[in-house]
Amino acid sequence: MEHAEKKPSYLQHHFADMEQQTDAAKLGMWVFLVTEVLLFGGLFGFYTFYRAWYPEMFMEAHKYLDVAMGTTNTFVLITSSLTMALAIRAMQLGKKKQTIAYLAGTLFFAGVFLVIKYFEYSHKIELGMLPGKLYFFDGIQAANPHIFFSVYFTMTGLHGIHVLIGMIIIGWVMVRTMRDDFSPEYYNPIELTGLYWHLVDLIWIFLFPLLYLIG
Amino acid sequence: MDPNGSLIFPSQVSTIAPEVDALFDFILYLSIIFFILIVGGTFYFVWKYRKKGEDTFTKDLSHNNMLEVLWTVIPTILVFIVFVWGFKSYMKMTVPPDTSMEVKVTGQKWFWTFNYPEGATTTNELVVPVDQPVKLLMSSTDVIHSFFVPNFRTKMDVLPNRYTQLWFEATETGEYNLFCTEYCGKGHSEMIGKVKVLSRADYDSWLAGAGNAGANMKPEEFGAKLYKDKACFTCHSIDGSPLVGPSFKGIFGRTEKMTDGSEATADENYLRESILEPQAKVVQGYQPIMPTYQGVLKDDEIDALIAYFKTLK
Amino acid sequence: MSVATTANYLNEEKGLKSWLFTLDHKRIGMMYLFAVMIAFFLGGVFAILIRLELLNPGQDFFTADTYNQLFTLHGAVMIFLFIIPAIPAALGNFVLPLMLGAKDVAFPRLNLASFYIYVVGALFALYSIVAGAVDTGWTFYTPYSTTTSTSVISMTLGAFILGFSSIFTGVNFIATIHKLRAPGMTWFKMPLMVWALYATSIIQVLATPVLGITLLLLIIERTIGIGIFDPAMGGDPVLFQHFFWFYSHPAVYIMILPGMGIISELVTTFSKKKIFGYKLIAYSSLGIALISFLVWGHHMFTSGQSEFSSMVFSFLTFFVGIPSGIKMFNWLATMYKGRITFEAPMLYTIAFMFLFAIGGLTGIMLGAISIDIHMHDTYFVVAHFHYTMMGGTVIAFLGGMHYWWPKIWGRMYSEKWARVAWALIFVGFNVTFFTQFFLGSQGMPRRYYNYLDQYQPLHMYSTYGSWMLGVGFLIMAYYLIYSIYKGPKAPNNPWGGLTMEWQTTSPPIQHNFEEQPVLEHEPYDYDTRMVVNDQLIKKEDVKEKENINV
Repeated sequence: MEHAEKKPSYLQHHFADMEQQTDAAKLGMWVFLVTEVLLFGGLFGFYTFYRAWYPEMFMEAHKYLDVAMGTTNTFVLITSSLTMALAIRAMQLGKKKQTIAYLAGTLFFAGVFLVIKYFEYSHKIELGMLPGKLYFFDGIQAANPHIFFSVYFTMTGLHGIHVLIGMIIIGWVMVRTMRDDFSPEYYNPIELTGLYWHLVDLIWIFLFPLLYLIG
Repeated sequence: MDPNGSLIFPSQVSTIAPEVDALFDFILYLSIIFFILIVGGTFYFVWKYRKKGEDTFTKDLSHNNMLEVLWTVIPTILVFIVFVWGFKSYMKMTVPPDTSMEVKVTGQKWFWTFNYPEGATTTNELVVPVDQPVKLLMSSTDVIHSFFVPNFRTKMDVLPNRYTQLWFEATETGEYNLFCTEYCGKGHSEMIGKVKVLSRADYDSWLAGAGNAGANMKPEEFGAKLYKDKACFTCHSIDGSPLVGPSFKGIFGRTEKMTDGSEATADENYLRESILEPQAKVVQGYQPIMPTYQGVLKDDEIDALIAYFKTLK
Repeated sequence: MSVATTANYLNEEKGLKSWLFTLDHKRIGMMYLFAVMIAFFLGGVFAILIRLELLNPGQDFFTADTYNQLFTLHGAVMIFLFIIPAIPAALGNFVLPLMLGAKDVAFPRLNLASFYIYVVGALFALYSIVAGAVDTGWTFYTPYSTTTSTSVISMTLGAFILGFSSIFTGVNFIATIHKLRAPGMTWFKMPLMVWALYATSIIQVLATPVLGITLLLLIIERTIGIGIFDPAMGGDPVLFQHFFWFYSHPAVYIMILPGMGIISELVTTFSKKKIFGYKLIAYSSLGIALISFLVWGHHMFTSGQSEFSSMVFSFLTFFVGIPSGIKMFNWLATMYKGRITFEAPMLYTIAFMFLFAIGGLTGIMLGAISIDIHMHDTYFVVAHFHYTMMGGTVIAFLGGMHYWWPKIWGRMYSEKWARVAWALIFVGFNVTFFTQFFLGSQGMPRRYYNYLDQYQPLHMYSTYGSWMLGVGFLIMAYYLIYSIYKGPKAPNNPWGGLTMEWQTTSPPIQHNFEEQPVLEHEPYDYDTRMVVNDQLIKKEDVKEKENINV
């Protein structure tokens, strides 16, 4: 190549400099997060519609969700967001070991979230509080309670899938940190992972009151 | 095309039709003017300013506030007029007068049933008196259908989980097409019927006779009429060719294999069950999609149909 | 700059692998072009078969089931596999970085991923043909789609996956346009094609996820029966229509906006005239993108939605029409006092003006609620959207393809055959679809396998027209493919365009430009710049010479 000045290995050929590359990547991530918001936005739309249609049923059915577990999970996720932010801060300061520790912490809390979710799900599955045709619980008097659980399972299920994907990405970023891919000059992938993770957290913060704390 | 209609529309047979057509004509004339402006202008310019001779620089004509305001504001005003006009007619279409008579309409794959408050029931034929507002209360038993009478310029979807309504006042006697316009599967294009507009006197006598339609007919003749009226022919032929369902030719006494592997002979009880509970036994090679005729056919009508089946050798 | 080089993006690397794993936006664009052309061919074959069956009433060639599957496939393939990716992902991918003076799009790997996601989505969609085909229509209305026995899941999963491909292209283009413009290229010095792609990307990013979640729910409804679209379980089938059109109405602007972008380029280049009302055209693209999210209910005037909703949706529908009208007038004014030549791309521009005017004006008719009640779900609507989607988008796409073809392949096609194909397509299109306006206003419902005898003559003409269209497209396929191998070499700037893609070689080198280009003049400065035989001539130089002579 005819370029005289040395380009860092992580600068892709079609960008003029690191600033341009980082800005583009950040913008791209933000736009992608907007699509995620709209993806869940669709589900929130369905939620709103059915809650307006069956207010009593939503009122009654939501009581069968475990508020204690939900609250715990909210704290777990918020903590994981904090450790994620701390991981980025650590890499900005060039502290590799700390970064890895914080990323591991984030992974741990994400895991705790899923384990608690697993207990919630299996309890509901046992009692038959299931979506649509699978529903066989008979404790709820209001009509069409299966609709509530359809909404509950699709919303928390899609969120759960996002947590899982987030864990894979965090794991991969952690491996790259161990490989010394990152430095205080270049830590963009960790930052973008952080953005994604905060969104996953944020969506839960909306899901929790809408599903667990109606009324 | 409708011989009484125009090049564009079928003849106007409802009170609302002239209004719809008038707005359409208004937009059509506007459209012709704009079309001539834009497309005529294009042709004129490309001809007049075609390249002649050497390459040259062109003029810097990239703004003209007056023009730009004009071609933004004028169309805006025009579409606003169109909007208000269209909405006003629409409001007339949606609010039935208090004097309306009511008919219950049921759409199902792939026929229409009309229930009159006086007790009469018809299939694929809506009979109404002329100059009388008629309100249709409509619902579907399966998927979404849509009730459309081009001559009335009116249309409404027929939904499975709620009632929709539509009203019209026919202005001329005659027979008009009725279409299903929401795609509903294999028989969608066969889900067509007639709206018969009768004079008040004809309507009253029709209504009086409709309750006991088969009274002075032989059962098998009445059955043959029902086969047509109740739209059995949409799915069952009488010439032996399989359609959506098995043919009625030679059906009585025939033994067929069922989808569950068992065998059944088409005797009176089998036929009755198949009409009222079509999914109970389904002949192999066919799908369990026939709707029930519970409430559509009365006992004497089922008897008549079975009598008719016996004649189809 | 003067170094004569024959190395270009097509021949610098060789072998199938160098294509399949390429990160070059030009090659990815070409792979997209190849894929969407296959889809267009398939969709076209389905269309010809549909018209064939409709030649006469009653059963001619296919059963009702086969017919229903054919029109579903025609719609789904044309929309999800052809028209949505055709301009942005195929042509746009090729020209966007070139127009911006960039080396590539912002995220080349995401770009390649989007192509492979498209392929996977396409395979799922087409697998449905083998798995028993879909008969729901491309709109997948519930509860029909949740109860029919055909392979709805494979098709909707395909559409769901294709949505991601579309989203990734949108994300990529937005970042590219924001961050990779050449030095000196401010927002209002970008070519209008770039503005159009930008507005398109916004819609792709905002609307597609909602379709995604809706189709996902439809799939779950069919597999385990969650009941939210099932009337028997307290669900609402009409809700599906709302969510479906919340995406699918903006989606028609995903289809038409880039077409309008192409027309803005063509009309200036072939009129050698500065675009009239640059800012108004740019803003109207964004205006259309925003209003397009608020008009979905005009597909549902007869669905039982409240009169108030219908009123609001009708009102807004007219206001999405205004910006399109403004663009038409601007293009017309651009031709005024131009220096117009009639190569194939300009012929398509003229055809666009003609056909899109009809498409747009009939849209105004349909926007008036009382008229829509009569026309809804008849052939009038079918004719209307073919005039906008095919007469608009596809014609613009063909114009763009002929415009950039020399840049893409470095070869010229036969102008003579291009004119023959153009004439056949233009006339054939009008014969096929103008008849359908009358069919529709006379009451002929759409998606009808069989019809009343009174509609037969018009159906017959429509079918004849479709054959003419088919022949036109076959001729086009022939001379375009021939040109790739045997066409005469193309100059760098065969049409004398001033946008940046014409400043590089034909075909472009792998990194697009020898040196980072800097914006020296605006994209449509035909009042002071012209290109003759690949040489840029500036007005000030010409003046100087004249002064010396004097």
